[in-house]
Order: sequence, then C-alpha cells, then structure tokens
Amino acid sequence: MSDAIRAETVYVGDEKIQAYQARPVGPGAFPGVVVIHHLPGWDESTKEMVRRFAVNGYLAICPNLFWREAPGASPDDASAFVRGQGGIPDEQIIQDVRTAADALRAMDGHNGKVGVIGHCSGGRQALLVATAMPLDAAVDCYGAFALEPPAASTGLKMTSIKDRLPDLGCPVLGLFGDDDRNPAPAEVERLAGILAEHGKQFERHSYEGAGHGFFSPDRPGYRQQAAVDGWKRIFAFFDRHLGGKRLEA
Amino acid sequence: MCTYDTETVEIEGSAKGPDGWFGVTRAAVYVDHPHHAPFGHTLNIDFADPARGPAARVAVELTEEAARALVAAIQAALDHAPAGLASRSAPV
Repeated sequence: MSDAIRAETVYVGDEKIQAYQARPVGPGAFPGVVVIHHLPGWDESTKEMVRRFAVNGYLAICPNLFWREAPGASPDDASAFVRGQGGIPDEQIIQDVRTAADALRAMDGHNGKVGVIGHCSGGRQALLVATAMPLDAAVDCYGAFALEPPAASTGLKMTSIKDRLPDLGCPVLGLFGDDDRNPAPAEVERLAGILAEHGKQFERHSYEGAGHGFFSPDRPGYRQQAAVDGWKRIFAFFDRHLGGKRLEA
Repeated sequence: MCTYDTETVEIEGSAKGPDGWFGVTRAAVYVDHPHHAPFGHTLNIDFADPARGPAARVAVELTEEAARALVAAIQAALDHAPAGLASRSAPV
C-alpha cells in the first residue's frame, strides 16, 4: 500500500464534462465520492477537498457544474456569469453528477460504492441527486433552500426538493452551524422531521459558534473546531457506508 | 448564509478590465459571500457584457457602509452636475 495520490483535470462522459479527479495510486479497492462544488464555483478550496478524499483512500471527482455555461472561465467569473443567468437547472446538475458517478464506477480499483458530498448550494444538491440516482451515502453540509426554493423574484431556476425526498435512496449525514440563517436551525429541524416521516436515515450535527461556510479555510466564516470535528464525522460516515479505509505509508 | 438574491439592471457605458475597456450592458447587484474582501458578506456588483463571455466583467465587493456611501456619492455627483449632462441623449 502507498500513500501516493494522482490528481488532475479530466473530461468525463459522452459530453466530456470537465472534472477534477484525485485517486490513490495503489490497487484498491477504493470507494468513490462525488464532490459537488458550491456557488462560488469549481475553485481551489473544493479541489483541495477532492485531494483530501484521495489522501484518505477514496476515488474522488468534482464535476465543474458551470462548464457548459462558462468553459475555461475563472471560478469567480463563471460563478458570476451563471448567477446572472439564474443558476443551473436541477436536471442539468443531476445529469452531470450522474456522469461523474459513472466515471468513478468505471475507474480501476473502485469497490462499487459511491457517495456524494456538497457544501452550501452543493449541500442542497447532494440531497437532490440522492433522490434521483442510486448512491450509497450522502453528506449535506449546510445546504440552503432544500425545502423551499428562493423567492421567484430572485429569478433562480432551483426548485423545492421536498416532494422528491420520499425517493431518497441512501443514508444522509447533515452538518450545520447553529448561527447559520440559511439554513437556519428551524429549517434543519423541519428537514429532519420530514425525513423521519419518510423513514429515511438522517444523522445530523449542528455546531455552536459556527455559521454558514465553517468548513471553508479561505473565508472568514471558517471555524477550526467545527471543521476538524466535521471532517472526522464525514470520514466515519463514509467509511461505514462506503467501506473506506485509510491509506498506509 | 447564502442569499442568492440578485438585482439585475440593464446599463449603458464602459468599464475597464484586465484586457482594457469594453462596453457594459448589465449590472448584477447582490449581497452574498465575497470572493476576496475579508468579510462574511458584502454588497457585490458585477458590471458585465454577458455577450462577450464570463470574463467580460468588472467586479467590486463592498461593505454595507461603503455601498451606501457609494450610492450617496453617485446621487450627489449627479445632483451637482447640470441636469442631463451625462444622459445618453445629451448633445456632445
């Protein structure tokens, strides 16, 4: 076993969707994780998460959800451009995440399990895709607008996923901040109640003193204790449901 | 929190980006997380020409105080100048 990884930009699926991929170089077998980037785009901090999964024994991939609209643009320009167009339609997100998940399943050394994780808008999208395709585990980090879409005046294309939740097909871990206002703790409670009504497995933890974006090390909202504990919970959850094992040097 | 709220306005004028001056046709105004300014949230403005692609954009990220001061300064500058001087229909 080696602790080496290989990380690079790839183009996956029939449509050659741009994605950032990282994997251990050993023979496996490794579980797979699709990382869904946040509204600020396919940026450096998200790619660092992809590498972190590889270092910890996972095949990981993050599709650039803004690639169709803004190919080759910098993450901030792409994000602003997509925002100005009302965001990405949910069905397009599902399609690109499915393509990324299929790319993981086709990789050498894959153990047959695929999880998904997203932060901020990606947290909502992790829930969304887990209702739309076969997955083995999903992690929602402070995903907003899961139950109610933004006001129509925002012009955004995202819709409520409340009616899709009966189709949720895998266990979900939710990590939130007590000080977040979107999603606020009351909305998280409501989500938990709805998932319980549908008999879904939903583990959750909310951190005192943390608000939105507490996992982002390059932003003022970073909260060290919450982020460190959150990563432990993420790997414990994925290890349990996807069969992950740490690499050995 | 992410607001996702975006006010969009059609505009007419020019802005200077990394590749020089270009005409701008749209401004997007929103309060959300900044990319660069060291604050949790800022008032962000993108002056853009979407027809030229995502990179045809001049962006600013301002604190609420700065944004309100800017609004007042714009209003004052327009009020101090002869009415209609900067109008698109003003004679040159």
